Amino acid sequence: MLSPAILIPAILNGLLTGAVYALVALGLTLVYGVLHIINFAHGALLTAAMFAAYFAYRFGIDPYVAIFLLAPAFFALGYALQRFVIGPASHGDDRNMLLVTLGIAVIIENALLYAFRADTRTIDVPYAFQSVDFGFTYLAVPRLIGFAAVFAVALVLWLIMSFTDTGKAIRAVAKEKLGAELAGIDVAHVYAVTFGLGTACVAIAACLLIPTYYVNPSAGNAFVLVAFTIVVLGGMGSVPGALIGGLVIGVVESLSSLFLGDSLGQVGIFLIFIAVLLVRPSGLFGARA
Amino acid sequence: MKAFAPIVVVVALFAAVPLIVHSNVVLNFLVVALMIALAGQGWNILGGYGGQYSFGHAAFFGTGAYVTAILQVRYGVNAWAGFAIGIAAGAAVGAVIGALTFRSGLRGSYFALVTLAFAEVLRILASVAPITGAGVGTLIKLDLRAQAFQFQSRAVFYWVILALVALSLITAKLIERSRFGAWLIAVRENEDAAQALGVDAATVKSVAMVISGAITAAAGCFYAQYFLFVDSGIAYGTWISIEALLTPIIGGVGTVFGPLIGALVVKALGEGAQMFTGDAPGLDLVVYGAVLVLVIWFAPRGLIGGLAQARQWLTRRPAAEGSHG
Amino acid sequence: MAEPLLIVERVSRRFGGLLAVNAASLIAPEGRITALIGPNGAGKTTLFSIISGFLKPSDGSVRYAGEDVTGERPHRLARRGIARTFQIVQPFAGLTVRQNILVGAHLRHRARADALAVVQRVAGEVGLADRLDRPADTLTVAGRKRLELARALATEPRLLLLDEVLAGLNPSEIRDIVPVIRGLSARGITIVMIEHVMQAVMSLAEHIFVLAEGRMIAEGAPAQVASDPAVVEAYLGHGGAAKLGGAHGR
Repeated sequence: MLSPAILIPAILNGLLTGAVYALVALGLTLVYGVLHIINFAHGALLTAAMFAAYFAYRFGIDPYVAIFLLAPAFFALGYALQRFVIGPASHGDDRNMLLVTLGIAVIIENALLYAFRADTRTIDVPYAFQSVDFGFTYLAVPRLIGFAAVFAVALVLWLIMSFTDTGKAIRAVAKEKLGAELAGIDVAHVYAVTFGLGTACVAIAACLLIPTYYVNPSAGNAFVLVAFTIVVLGGMGSVPGALIGGLVIGVVESLSSLFLGDSLGQVGIFLIFIAVLLVRPSGLFGARA
Repeated sequence: MKAFAPIVVVVALFAAVPLIVHSNVVLNFLVVALMIALAGQGWNILGGYGGQYSFGHAAFFGTGAYVTAILQVRYGVNAWAGFAIGIAAGAAVGAVIGALTFRSGLRGSYFALVTLAFAEVLRILASVAPITGAGVGTLIKLDLRAQAFQFQSRAVFYWVILALVALSLITAKLIERSRFGAWLIAVRENEDAAQALGVDAATVKSVAMVISGAITAAAGCFYAQYFLFVDSGIAYGTWISIEALLTPIIGGVGTVFGPLIGALVVKALGEGAQMFTGDAPGLDLVVYGAVLVLVIWFAPRGLIGGLAQARQWLTRRPAAEGSHG
Repeated sequence: MAEPLLIVERVSRRFGGLLAVNAASLIAPEGRITALIGPNGAGKTTLFSIISGFLKPSDGSVRYAGEDVTGERPHRLARRGIARTFQIVQPFAGLTVRQNILVGAHLRHRARADALAVVQRVAGEVGLADRLDRPADTLTVAGRKRLELARALATEPRLLLLDEVLAGLNPSEIRDIVPVIRGLSARGITIVMIEHVMQAVMSLAEHIFVLAEGRMIAEGAPAQVASDPAVVEAYLGHGGAAKLGGAHGR
């Protein structure tokens, strides 16, 4: 059908895009694995982070440098949101938490819409169009950096989870909240830290995306629905699942865009999403839903 | 019969409004508010009484709107027949989504996600499919005759939507007093305990979804007739998914009048926001989002629940006979 | 006499690597009170969950009223006449006591008026008639246990599975509820009860099964089981029987 010369770059680009999807999904799956809710504000936070990265660039800060500013800033934002808004507002009820995160999503997205209108903005970094010649194909530099960065972040997260006290506390709460509480762990704090980490992931992803993507108030939405699909496919709460799922979805999207065109490519992803939810909700790597 | 008296009184009061108020602005506000109340009552059946929180009720609203519009525009079907078929289509979509999701045992977050995804899929399909007019949308020709379900006088539209809302109020009350309703509420409170008492939770939830879909689709059909234009963003956009869930939550989930009260409050807030800021898009939804968070935080049972709590507090007996178990 | 109402035959249940129930068999003759006892973590509630349809067994079968009902879903079993209470009580917290019991009553009665009559009757039987319009979450622990029982009774069961219905009750509350349970048995309802309160078990049960680490290790009349060294060991640990010098287990 299609020649390898077209398929292979599509697959490789799919992997590169998929890595960033995976990072967005990572934040989501982390929050689910510990708080056991789906954070509907995830997409809006990504959009906000992309706007932040955009404005950082306008102030002369290169996106890759901005990572080191925005990640801590958004960690703090996520921490504060969970600790002082979402946690108290939900009164411990999962269904309420869904609604509260939805409400926050609506607020953030529409505040951005109100402040910045629906115009699409892009930035122009000098290396945006540089690419590396791999012989059989060219791959864009920003996307390669993004790919590497995602694995670096995953590695850092793994180190945090395995070797720091906070990481151990997070794993304890994820496994058995009541027991962790009885052992003296401050669950509200752990929840907030986890939410902060998830938001930081999204901030990093935003910085990785901004060299090659546009920014507008609904940009985050496009990514987050894909992220949901990845998280469900890879298994809620599974970090390897998010990474592998991200790569798979990136490739699927790339190939279905090739065959079906952009909009229908998106539909393909949703259909996979619905199919996975119905047939195997625990995903490839997840525990029982 | 006594139980339905409040509904009769409220509907009668509302019906009298166009006889006293002649301002088109006010009538238009009320028509839209009633339409949202109808959509919200649909959500309320599944979410308020059944505890299944759908984040994609646009799927039903949009289906109702598109089906009735397309049948009229492309196939020359009579507008009233189109309306009825639109409602049936909404019910059918509810049956499909319900069968798929509840038989698989999906609950909570997953259920919210799936409904969101369904609405999004429909939105994307509608934005590219030729039959819906794709990006351009579908325009119903102006034809101010009763047979075409279009009326010169806004008051008539008002009475039509009021009649639909009245039916939805009666439906909610009937459900509340029926075995189905007792089962549905039990599923909401504790699905496992309900199952142990013989409740077929999957079927109960699916039936609730069919009813819910039909009611919200009716609101969509009305939208098409009132505004005469439908596109994918209007039909399947997140705005209606949000308003459909916001109105019962503000007014009081699982109550008969919750969606109606909530709709009036939501629309009033929306108007207020607009007066403040002109036509800048987004601010009214910011207000809605903030209200959602605040209501869940401080009044999770909505306005009606808050009133009930206040009444309980005021008539509280001094000595407690049984301590908190 | 006809086949026993409930026959659990060599049922096993695996959770990953853990064999929670291992080839356990149990028989409940119609109209009798049968007890299922054993140390904590023995798998008793898991077995109940299998019998009531909340879990599928990895192996073995469950026969009820002469039919194989293995793996049938809970609501179907409820319609057949199997009712169960939960170890951790699960009231419909947002509803009143009356509304709670009504859900059970509706299983056999479609019309609200008929169902409400059943609610009144059942509430009287378990002693909740004076609290019908209270919110369920304002009941004491004893009240919630009675509610749990009332809901199950409202479904007009033939077989009643009681999971530690006496847990958390003080001696006087236990003294009040035991006659209620006996009364149910006198009406012909078959009862299988998981219990730790040994006095109640000894006085109520006609036949006892002992489950330890997933396996049935003993069965028989109360006196027989109480003096069985294997049973004592299961509760007190290795060598426990020797320590007690063969005295009645407690």
